[in-house]
Amino acid sequence: MAHNDHGSHDGGEHHHEADSLVTYVQRSAPSRRAFIKGVIASGAAVSAAGYLFRAPGTGAAQAQPAAGTVERLVTLNVNGQSRRVDVVPNETLAHTIRYKLGLTGTKLGCDHGECGACTVMVDGDAIYSCSTLTHSVRGRKITTIEGIEGPNGQLHKVQAAFVAELGPQCGFCTSGQVVSAVALLNHNPHPTVEEARLAMSGNLCRCGAYDHYLRGVMRAAGEA
Amino acid sequence: MATKLIGQNFVPHDVVAKVTGRAKYAEDFRADGMVFAKLLSSPMPHAKIRHIDTSEALKMPGVVGILSADDVPAFPPPQTPILAKDEVFYVGEPILAVAAVDEQSAADAIEKIKIDFEQLPHVLDPLDSLYPGGPNARLSGNVAAALINMQTVKWQASDFADDKVLPMGKPAETWSYGDIDAGFKDAKLIIDESFVTAGYSNHSMEPRTAMAYWQGGKCFLYGSNQSHTAAVPNIARYIGINPKDLVLIAEYCGGGFGSKIPGYPIMAVPALMSKKINRPVMMRITRLEEYAIGVARPTFQGRAKLGFAQDGRLLAADLYIVHENGPHIGAGDFRSAGNALSFMYQPKAMRFQAIPVLTNTPPRGPQRGPGENQLVPVIEPLIDKAARELGIDRVAIRKLNAPDGNSKIGGDQGPVTSAFIKEALDKGAAMFNWDERKARSGQKNGTKVTGVGIGQGYHSAGSNGFDGLLRLTPDGKLHVHTGIGNLGTYSHSATARVAAELLNVAWANVVIERGDSRLGLPWNSPQAGSLSASTESRTNYVAAMAMKAQLLDLAAQILGGSADDYEVGDEKVASKADASKSITYAQAAQKAIDLGGKYSGKEVPDDINPVTKDGVAMIAGTGLIAVAKDNLPRVGVTPGLTASFAEIELDTETGKFKILHMLTVADCGTVLHPQGLGHQIRGGNVMGIGMARLERHVYDPKLGIPAAALLYQAKPPTYLDVPAEIGFAAVELPDPQNPMGVKGVGEPPLGSGASAITTAIADAMGGHLFNRTPVSTDMILNELNGRPQAHKPLQVNSV
Repeated sequence: MAHNDHGSHDGGEHHHEADSLVTYVQRSAPSRRAFIKGVIASGAAVSAAGYLFRAPGTGAAQAQPAAGTVERLVTLNVNGQSRRVDVVPNETLAHTIRYKLGLTGTKLGCDHGECGACTVMVDGDAIYSCSTLTHSVRGRKITTIEGIEGPNGQLHKVQAAFVAELGPQCGFCTSGQVVSAVALLNHNPHPTVEEARLAMSGNLCRCGAYDHYLRGVMRAAGEA
Repeated sequence: MATKLIGQNFVPHDVVAKVTGRAKYAEDFRADGMVFAKLLSSPMPHAKIRHIDTSEALKMPGVVGILSADDVPAFPPPQTPILAKDEVFYVGEPILAVAAVDEQSAADAIEKIKIDFEQLPHVLDPLDSLYPGGPNARLSGNVAAALINMQTVKWQASDFADDKVLPMGKPAETWSYGDIDAGFKDAKLIIDESFVTAGYSNHSMEPRTAMAYWQGGKCFLYGSNQSHTAAVPNIARYIGINPKDLVLIAEYCGGGFGSKIPGYPIMAVPALMSKKINRPVMMRITRLEEYAIGVARPTFQGRAKLGFAQDGRLLAADLYIVHENGPHIGAGDFRSAGNALSFMYQPKAMRFQAIPVLTNTPPRGPQRGPGENQLVPVIEPLIDKAARELGIDRVAIRKLNAPDGNSKIGGDQGPVTSAFIKEALDKGAAMFNWDERKARSGQKNGTKVTGVGIGQGYHSAGSNGFDGLLRLTPDGKLHVHTGIGNLGTYSHSATARVAAELLNVAWANVVIERGDSRLGLPWNSPQAGSLSASTESRTNYVAAMAMKAQLLDLAAQILGGSADDYEVGDEKVASKADASKSITYAQAAQKAIDLGGKYSGKEVPDDINPVTKDGVAMIAGTGLIAVAKDNLPRVGVTPGLTASFAEIELDTETGKFKILHMLTVADCGTVLHPQGLGHQIRGGNVMGIGMARLERHVYDPKLGIPAAALLYQAKPPTYLDVPAEIGFAAVELPDPQNPMGVKGVGEPPLGSGASAITTAIADAMGGHLFNRTPVSTDMILNELNGRPQAHKPLQVNSV
């Protein structure tokens, strides 16, 4: 469900209206602190500049295997498939799925855990894949935007509702909005508008298509 | 006319790709042997570059090349350089790029580059630079813009006598009409206020990442761009090649808001790096880099003196704008602001003065309604003040001063094609229950107080003179070729429906060709300036008319008689006398291929743009091709206008407010696509809320380092900052100078939405004028508690 609740910039005026949801979010979301602890445990430094990983098998990596660049072959469960992939300790899930698994539907808008364009589900919870270490999700069920459609390519009800309500404008944040909405409805099939708004609040849209996305969420919930 | 497609919602052809993640943005492309480039940017707000030593970096493992200012085309200052050469002008200005097999290697190499900087004085506030002896943002001067040569301007110390009133030294640009002295003399009420509107970044969600490679002498560039064909010549200029040698692939653009209109300098870096090292190069732009190079709205420090007659008519206006222009050529917002004031409030006499001043902050450029939209949120509360003091209804005073189709605009008092803002105000007031809601103005409920707001927005919203290109293929499909780009407004599809409507083609049989230069794209307007809906309705109209004539001609050639004997019906051309005598569009397309010449694009009209000619050449011989230049008349500016209404509940204890209700009515002519209109209005209102209460540049005054660069600091609105629902409607009165009656609407809702919020805040606070955007929570709280504000009265780039 909602992750890293972006909150209102102006404070938390809506939080009192959905206290139970906030509690849920705080309990379930992989926090920034957990992310940083994970990095420290792996013995690597995390750079604010982000996603700076040595390519596998490059001259650079071979010539100078610096701390944090030693790859390990891991198995990930992505969209129902087992994917074996070489991963360095400080590698983010966003980097792995975009650059090693070729799943480019997940977008990087900020790479700082601010915008939500990189949202994927891990065991059904929406998380920021830019702020999640790939090693930390081994053995867990990862669902990217590419795994949201049905087995025969039929649109998920959230996707169909986003088409009907013309949710996207530029579309760059849309993958994240879809995944957040799917996670919300999995946990809470009939949210109120206020609950939906809070659950979606970790996904920024600079085009300001919030109204259309919210209509999409409520339409999908109505069909649930 | 009765329409089947115009005014109806539809599923745009690219929306399923967006909701499934299949839509490919620049960073989603890969090429064999692709390497990554990273930028080295200035850590200082202003410095001379004395020496750069890259020798250690070049020895680093994995490094394949370095690109510096010496490797890229140079443009005469103050045009924005691709890479800085001898002087850097702001924190984050790109100096050089390193390419390596991966980003970590490139970043490691950047750490080894030694640059000897000589730090220079920097300036963050235009008024500091205009003060005698104040610092200049450039060694060469402190005042420049397009059409204003680089110069050094210092005002007199005596101009700065009162820190609450804008000093008004010598302007760089001025115009006037009418007798303003007489107007102020006759005025019953004069309002004279100084104001500040904050600059802030466009913050496109997709950073300006690009990937490039060269093949067969051509540069293939996968970039993020609002426009397509209109951008190609400019991007080619940055790369230093002939536009014919640039293949631009830009199927999707993750937001631009004015920052990606005609291409932008940094696009040349991966292109020229690729040429230099002979490998495909991806250059991903980080969020911090996007803040630095992604364009920002210019700050205004201004003063407006408005003289009203007893009945509320605006007799005279005197507007002065000090425009913070960043360090380079920047933007022309001051000009648009002057025009907007002259048009929106129709002062009988007006003087406009402005000076664009350079600062050591990110480069300025267009941001959604550049100039108009930051002006109205500080002017509209002044209109309300006049209404209050003269005892006039706030809607009435706006209608009294509102333009119509005979009104004039700007210093040269030129004509406009139509204006129905009075109708928009009426419709909005009715939808909003203005009379009922205004009675709640200032009403208290415990610590809460109600404020009711009303705002207006304007931007020119149409152009002409571009080309339309349509193609019917033997499978019966109508291909609408469009060069307007894909900003997410869906105007590429909404305007294609004009051609489908006029040619009676079912929407399922329409193919939209766009996003890749190789598809054969016509010369179209940039997707900017609220232009595309109106402008490409025209181009698709003229091309459809040309195709209709060709179809009638082909029917006569196949079936005998003359073209006049035939008419077009549902995807066929039939004899007027005998409907059974007909050919299908598919047959016509095959006949056109057989005949060649003007029918299949082998011959084209002389007056079409060379870009269109190149595009037609790519598809000639593949069907019935109709290409035409939009030579339809259009005299004057085509205005897009909006009226917004809002009710807020402000908590006097916390300084926070909730937007209880918000709606906007547009004067955008004929509505092509209701859902698309909803997107433009609501999205504009959301950005307006950001402008009114949240977004601003903040700089460390001593170090010149940005303090509000990341999204959580810069505060673009989230779901929780805006109402769950924003109402919208249109007056639906056609523009007489567009064949489909269409005007654009992309920009005005930002300004009207922001104004509805600033006027609502003033209303809730008993008419208090902050004369500043954004109105932050702490500003409200300081005012309510009689505490001084954290910023000096006219200070900019501050909290």
